[in-house]
Amino acid sequence: MIRFENVSKVYARGARPALDQVSVDVERGEFVFLVGASGSGKSTFLSLVLREQRPTRGRVYVAGRDVANLSGWRVPTLRRQLGVVFQDFRLLQNKTVHENVAFALQVIGKPRHVIRDTVPEVLEMVGLTGKGKRMPTELSGGEQQRAAIARAIVNRPQILLADEPTGNLDPTTSLGIMRLLDRINRTGTTVVMATHDDEIVNEMRRRVVELSDGVVVRDEARGGYGERESILPDVGASPVLDAPGSGTRAPVQTVRGS
Amino acid sequence: MRFQFVLGEVFSGLRRNTTMVVAVVLVTFVSLTFVGAAALLQAQIGKLKDDWYDLVEVSVFLCPEGSVSPTCATGEATEDQIDSVRQVIDTELSSQVSKVYFESKQQAFEAFSERYPDGYQGTQLTADDMQASLRLKLTDAEQFAVVSDVLSGRDGVEIVEDQRAVFEPLFRTLNVATLLAAGLAGVMLLAAVLLITTTIRLSAVSRRKETEIMRLVGASNLFIQLPFLLEGALAAVLGSLLAGGGLWLAVRFMVSDWLERSVDWVAYVSEVDVFRVAPLLVIMAVALAALSSFFTLNRYTRI
Ligand SMILES: Nc1ncnc2c1ncn2[C@@H]1O[C@H](COP(=O)(O)OP(=O)(O)OP(=O)(O)O)[C@@H](O)[C@H]1O
Ligand SMILES: [Mg+2]
Repeated sequence: MIRFENVSKVYARGARPALDQVSVDVERGEFVFLVGASGSGKSTFLSLVLREQRPTRGRVYVAGRDVANLSGWRVPTLRRQLGVVFQDFRLLQNKTVHENVAFALQVIGKPRHVIRDTVPEVLEMVGLTGKGKRMPTELSGGEQQRAAIARAIVNRPQILLADEPTGNLDPTTSLGIMRLLDRINRTGTTVVMATHDDEIVNEMRRRVVELSDGVVVRDEARGGYGERESILPDVGASPVLDAPGSGTRAPVQTVRGS
Repeated sequence: MRFQFVLGEVFSGLRRNTTMVVAVVLVTFVSLTFVGAAALLQAQIGKLKDDWYDLVEVSVFLCPEGSVSPTCATGEATEDQIDSVRQVIDTELSSQVSKVYFESKQQAFEAFSERYPDGYQGTQLTADDMQASLRLKLTDAEQFAVVSDVLSGRDGVEIVEDQRAVFEPLFRTLNVATLLAAGLAGVMLLAAVLLITTTIRLSAVSRRKETEIMRLVGASNLFIQLPFLLEGALAAVLGSLLAGGGLWLAVRFMVSDWLERSVDWVAYVSEVDVFRVAPLLVIMAVALAALSSFFTLNRYTRI
């Protein structure tokens, strides 16, 4: 479904590549976690699939298409087969939930009766029945993400990309979102999700692709999140941490009035 | 569905940017009024030329009695002198002159009497007060200088006059007015393009979130850009319609009602000419908007 062949992406000339010789093959219907430290290239990976960026080297195939060499006017056709959700939901604040979801269909020219039938169905699927008339500001974070997911899947995409969809949510709400994504995956949709959430990854036991500085360092069928750096790295005694204020700083002079 | 949706987007965009849209309408209105004025001035010149240019020609006035011109030292032009002048016209000027005829004093008097049946400014003139001339029709009216050079200074020729010269100052004035109108139109059109560009850019920025979502869910380029295109085009077309209306009012009340009554021997531009110019103004407005959109949109709403 998604196939990266020795893909490298360099943003600015001379800079360190955001992706370096990445080869990954995602099958139809798979659920893949993309993990790695901040700046390891997870979002870059997703934007290459979306054809928001083009690879510097290598080939990217999405649903059988060579995305890198896709001409501009074919890009919309590609994106109609993809759904995306982000950490910050990206709902339109001046539209209701229903309108937000309907918008995704309106702008690709779907007829009115299709929109009228599909939107409530999808809202029900994501658990927002009865909340279609609310504005995004009248929803909790979890509900907003559900609305965003509804918008992403309303056109029945083959692939759902999620860039840290639980990044702004508390653990319980995140769990609800993960159940929803799992359910969507079970309907046959391929899901690729970039995340920092080790609990979720460890719990779900799905395929894990780990990136580090743009290189794939792990690709496990039923992996866990992997080693997380400890919060206080073991670098020996640190003057700043051990005795704040007494390190290399000059002693503070106290000035007293006469 | 699509159509309705796009239209909805256009109107919400127009509402959001009301001040800018009004500015675009006004600037295109003023600039296209100048364009239209320049076009109407040229139409006026055309009408004058049609009416007068073909009738008037070059007059070679022959020496009358008692002329002080050195070429008339022998008194009134003789048959021989006239014949030799005609000879020159037939040979040296054969390619410039298409027709020659001789107007005797008597014929000149008849033409004069026809024009002023009640005498000219109270004086009674006779055929002897008239001057005989050779009337030349030129193949190309612009060739007057050549003809004048060849014929002036010949014995029996008092003066060579271009009858068109009477109209030259008028044409020059109208042409200067045209240039002025066109120059102002140019400056205003530039302002219009810049303003439309800015308006579209503002509109695009204020709708960036929508555009971003549209791109991600796979809306086509045309669908994303159409509302902006229509917004600019609509404002510009409105301005052009105002310009057409303004010109119509000006022609109706200034030319047809006033000028035509005060000076009635000239053919003037009429409302019909305005209707001929107005569609061009609308087309220009659309082109203007399209041009501005083209440059802006590719920068701000790229896929
Ligand atoms: N548009 C861009 N222009 C230039 N450099 C970029 C751009 N986007 C990302 N980068 C760089 O590419 C590298 C990978 O970034 P990317 O956003 O893919 O990381 P990430 O794994 O998604 O990080 P995070 O977990 O913080 O979201 C980083 O070094 C980043 O600075
Ligand atoms: Mg990221």
